[in-house]
Order: sequence, then structure tokens, then C-alpha cells
Amino acid sequence: MVAAAIPQFRPGGQPAHHLSEELLLAYATGGLSEAVALVAAAHLTLCPSCRAELARAQAIGGALVEATPPVAMQAGALDRLLARLDQPAPPAEERLTAGSRDRDIPGPLRAYLPADAENLPWRKVIAGLYEYKLDLPGHQGMASLLRIIPGKAMPQHTHRGHEMTLVLRGDFDDKTGHYGAGDLALTDDTVDHQPVAGAHADCIALAVTDAPLKLTGTFGRLLNPFIRF
Amino acid sequence: MDPTSPDTTRDLFADLVAAIAAGRDRAAFVKLFEHFAPRVKSYLMRLGCQAAEADELAQESLLAVWQKAATFDRRQSAVSTWLFTIARNKRIDAIRRARRPELDPEDPALVPATPEQADQILQAAQSARQLHTAIAGLPEDQRELLVLAFFQEKSHSDIAVATGLPLGTVKSRIRLAMQRLRAVIEER
Ligand SMILES: [Zn+2]
Repeated sequence: MVAAAIPQFRPGGQPAHHLSEELLLAYATGGLSEAVALVAAAHLTLCPSCRAELARAQAIGGALVEATPPVAMQAGALDRLLARLDQPAPPAEERLTAGSRDRDIPGPLRAYLPADAENLPWRKVIAGLYEYKLDLPGHQGMASLLRIIPGKAMPQHTHRGHEMTLVLRGDFDDKTGHYGAGDLALTDDTVDHQPVAGAHADCIALAVTDAPLKLTGTFGRLLNPFIRF
Repeated sequence: MDPTSPDTTRDLFADLVAAIAAGRDRAAFVKLFEHFAPRVKSYLMRLGCQAAEADELAQESLLAVWQKAATFDRRQSAVSTWLFTIARNKRIDAIRRARRPELDPEDPALVPATPEQADQILQAAQSARQLHTAIAGLPEDQRELLVLAFFQEKSHSDIAVATGLPLGTVKSRIRLAMQRLRAVIEER
């Protein structure tokens, strides 16, 4: 039995596991689906290092727009626009007033939650593992908040596509490393893993896949029909 | 003075935005429109918009500049970068009804940057002019892939299929181009 890894405390509580360069670039250009953009925006809220990366990508995007060969606007476009300048501006975009007031849950995610994490209508998946499905119409894979009681192992599984798991509270370990609040675990179909929640507190994580999960362990095969991951 | 003059480090477009914020300066708006609208339109067409829609969204983007001029912070971004994100959002909103999850700089959950990271963000914001010059100087193959990655929202594997290049080559060229531009930002 291997002793539990000692959680690594990081300066300023900043994440150690980040968005990939490709995901960051796609977030900057607006190329991500709603579900993946949600994970990215939530990680960015918790990660100044990725925010600095984003600032660089956006500056490069701006410079590329600047460098792009101009295409003439339609005749009269400027006049039509000038005529609209004196119209009253539309009211500032409404802040989504979500039910969650948790100050440690990133704002982009709070907008999807009807209540504080404690009071969400959690659905029991198996003993010790609870799920709250986010309302993301049209999303093909999984997009859920997961809550795992201390020390609980998730069913072993692989993925047909990519899985992104962003830790919000608590921590978990799997064979790829230790993940604490703000850390983003990215796995694909080459990884067969079994995350285990840390011993001291519930682990709450945002989990998004771009394809349904495939459970692999014995436990998983038994449960597969019931877990509509 | 020509705001596009490459030898100045001051973002003179930001002066035009400031003039709009301070005094609803229509002449300043016209200058911004004439420089940026045709470029934003071109960018939107590269993203796959039809010409008429790109024209429409470019107008909406410039209108947003007029309406939100007071919220623009020249220390945090160049005008070109600001317009890049405005146009990107206008397009996402036009093509899908889904919500657009977005980082909120005022979020109480925001983990604060260290002073060093805050510096890095400012450095990026203030390097627009140098980036423009550096992009013009990139080898053609790197610039083309960077434009594909940025403007056509293609994943690295999509780009590999579209260009017939091996995935590894695509990844390494994009990384090289990004490293070169990053170096420009960090030299500042
Ligand atoms: Zn990060």
C-alpha cells in the first residue's frame, strides 16, 4: 500500500495543471464549444498564469487582425452607422444572476448553478459519488459537477474522446498526478484511470467530456447501464 | 500623425477611443472605422462569414466601440486586441444561441495574479505594434499556419488534414511561430 501523496502547496494557491496551448488558443479565438469554453473560462478565473498566456494570445490575435488585408465595407456603411450613434445604447449586458453565491466557484460556472454547492439537487451515482448535470442543450458528452466523498475511488474508466476535469474544492489523485483546487486534468482515450478523492474533504469537480465515458473496471461494467455518463 | 506608423510605441488608436469616451468625438470614430472596419470584416470573412454578414458584424463591432469607449482601458489591451475580442463575441452570438462562458475580470472568485504575472499581462497588452512588425517578418509557412489556427478555428489535426502536412509538423510550426511572437512580447 503506497502512502497517500502529500498534497503540494503552491505559492499563492495557484494551479499546477493547466490548459493546453491548443485549448488556450481556441478559447482566445472563440473556437470552443459552450461546454469546453465553460471549463476554460472557469480555469482561467482560478489561474493567473493561463490569464497571462491568454493576454499574449489575444495580443497576437489583435495583431493578426491588424495585419490582415482590409476588405472594403459596403457603400454607405459608415453613414448608416453614424446615423445610429445617437440612438441610446442597449442596457449593459445583464449579469446572470445565478442561484449560487459560492465565492470560490468561478463566475462562468455559477451562472449554470441554481443553488450553492451544498444545496444543489445532487443525484447519487454510486455510494459516495454524486452528480449534478449542467443544462447545456446540444452537448453530446458529459457536463456535470461531480462530488466525491473523501477517499472514494471513482469507477475506473477510459474515454472515447477527451475528458476535462477541473477541481473546485478538495483534491484527487490518479496515476497521472495530484490535482487540487484550480487544477485541470486533461485525459484522452489512451488513459485508463481511476481518480481517488483526497482523504480530508469532499472533492467537487467540473467534468466535461466530448464523448460518453466508457467504464472499464468490473465495477464499471456492472454499473454501466445505470450511469448515463 | 499616422496611427499605423510602425515606429511609434504609443497606441494612437487608444487616443481616438479616449476622445470618444471624453467627448463623443465623431471624427475620432470615423478614423477608427476607416482603419478597423475593413480589417474586422476581412477577419470575419476568414472565419467563414459571408461578405454581407461580415459587413454587418463589423459595423456592430465598431458600434460597440462607440458605446463602450468609456470602459476601454489602454493599459490592459491595444485597440486591435479589444476589437478582436469584440468581433469574436459578435460572431459567436450571431451563430449560436448558446451562452458564451467568459472570464470576468471582476469575478470575486478570481485568483489574483502575482505582481510578476500582472507585469506579463501588461507587457502583452503593450506589444501590439511590435507584434505587427514581427508577424510581417515570420516565414510564410509559419504565418500561414498561425492564421489558420487563429482565424479558421481549426484544431491542429484539422489543419494537418487540410494542408496535407503531418500533425507533428503542424504542431511544431505553430509552436515555433508562437515562440517567436512570445519572445517579441517578452523583449518589451
Ligand atoms: Zn492554468
